[in-house]
Amino acid sequence: MLAELTYSCPLQCPYCSNPLQLGKRTQELSTDDWLRVLGEARALGAAQLGLSGGEPLLRRDLEVIVAEARRLGYYTNLLTSGMGMDEARIAALRDAGLDHIQISFQADAAELNNRLAGSDSFRHKQRVARLVKAYDYPMVLNVVMHRHNLDRTREILDMAAALEADYLELANTQYYGWALLNRDYLLPTREQLEDAEALVQDYRRRLGERMKIYFVVPDYFENRPKPCMDGWGRVFLGIAPDGSALPCHAAASLPGLELPNVREHGIDWIWHESPAFNRFRGEDWMQAPCADCEERAGCFGGCHCQAWLLSGDACAADPVCSRSPAHEVVVQAVQRAAASRVEPHPLMRNTRNSAQLQNRTGDLQKETG
Amino acid sequence: MQACYAIAPGHRMQWEETRQGWVILYPEGMVALNDSAAETLRCCDGRTPLHAVVADLQSRYADSELENDVCALIAAALQDGWLRRR
Repeated sequence: MLAELTYSCPLQCPYCSNPLQLGKRTQELSTDDWLRVLGEARALGAAQLGLSGGEPLLRRDLEVIVAEARRLGYYTNLLTSGMGMDEARIAALRDAGLDHIQISFQADAAELNNRLAGSDSFRHKQRVARLVKAYDYPMVLNVVMHRHNLDRTREILDMAAALEADYLELANTQYYGWALLNRDYLLPTREQLEDAEALVQDYRRRLGERMKIYFVVPDYFENRPKPCMDGWGRVFLGIAPDGSALPCHAAASLPGLELPNVREHGIDWIWHESPAFNRFRGEDWMQAPCADCEERAGCFGGCHCQAWLLSGDACAADPVCSRSPAHEVVVQAVQRAAASRVEPHPLMRNTRNSAQLQNRTGDLQKETG
Repeated sequence: MQACYAIAPGHRMQWEETRQGWVILYPEGMVALNDSAAETLRCCDGRTPLHAVVADLQSRYADSELENDVCALIAAALQDGWLRRR
C-alpha cells in the first residue's frame, strides 16, 4: 500500500508524477482516517507501507501514523525529499518503528539540484543522508533521471559513493502528471540513456556489493510496456491525500473511473467490490492487439492511464508497445525531443501553477498526448 | 559452525496472521518461509553459534539430514541478503 499523505511539497520538481490538481490541505484525511485505513488494509493482508506525497514530513502526525503502522506489523518505508528532517525528527521516527528511508536527490551538485527542485535544498539533503546512516538505516538514494541530469550520471554515481550510499536508484522519468506536461523539456536522447547505462554497468563492476545500483529504464525507449502495478487491482493500493483509492498512481486522470474514497467505504469493499478496482482485472477488457497477444499475461497490457493519456482509450494497448496502433505517438515524442534545438521551459510543480491550470478549459493532459 | 547469524538489518521476520505463516519483510518485498526454514531462522538470534542451533533443532526433530538442510538454508539466506553473519 502506498499512502500519499499530502500533496504539499517544498520542492517544485517539473518531473513530478502527482496529478496537476494538487488539491487543498484542508481536504486531506485526518490522523484518525489514516489509522483506520491502516488497520483495514492490514486485515486484508497488506504488509508493505510506502509513506509518500508530496513531502510526507509535512504531516505533523507522521510519527503517529508510523507508530500505528509498526504496531500493526507493516514494513514501513518513508519516501522523502529530506526537507523537514532533522535529528529530533529522525530519532522520533526511529522510536516510532520506521523501517526504511529513501531520500531523493535531483542532481550531484547544488546549482543543478536546486534549479530542478525549485528550492535551495541540496546541502540539507546531504546532511539528511548522513543522518540516515548515523541512525543505522541503510542509505537509499533516489534520483529521477531526464535530459538535464543524465549527462551527470558519473558525478551522481560519485556523489552516492562518497556519501557511502548502500543503494542508489536511478529512476528515469515516467511521463504522468507534471512530467507529461513537461515532456518536451524532460525527454532525453537515446545516446544519453545508453551512455548513462554503460556508466552504471562500469560502476556496478567496480563497486560490487558496496553500493547496489538500480537503473530503471524509461518505457518510452522500449518496445514493450511495463507491467504497470503488476496488473490492475492485483497487488497495489494507493491512497491519495483526499482519501481516493488508486489502482494506479495516475488513476485519477482516467475519465469515467469513479475512484472510491476511504471516507465512504471500507478497504475490503474498495479492494474486492468497487467498480474501479475491478475495471481492468482479468482480461475481459482487452481488445486487439492485447486480446490475443501471447505476452498479455506478462505485461497486462501495460498502463491504462498511459493508454488513455496517449491514445484517448484506456482499454487500448499501452502505446509504448510497438504492437499498439498508437505507438507512433511515442516514437514521435522521442524524435521531437531529440531534434529540438530550442530549450523549452518547464512548468514548475507548485500550487500557483496548479491553480492556473485548473482555470484553463479543456483537458490539458489530453492535449499534450 | 562457530559463527553466529542474525536477520539482516533492514529485514524483519514476523508471523503473518492472514497467511498463517512466517515471512521476512524487506523494502518493497516479502518472502514466505516454510515451517522448517522459519524454525531455523528463529534460532538465528545473533548470539547462538550455528552448531548450537543445529543441536537445538536435532533435540526436537530426529532427522539425519538436518545439519545439511540447515547449512543449505543459511547459505541461501546469506546469498539473498536476509541473514548476516555477526
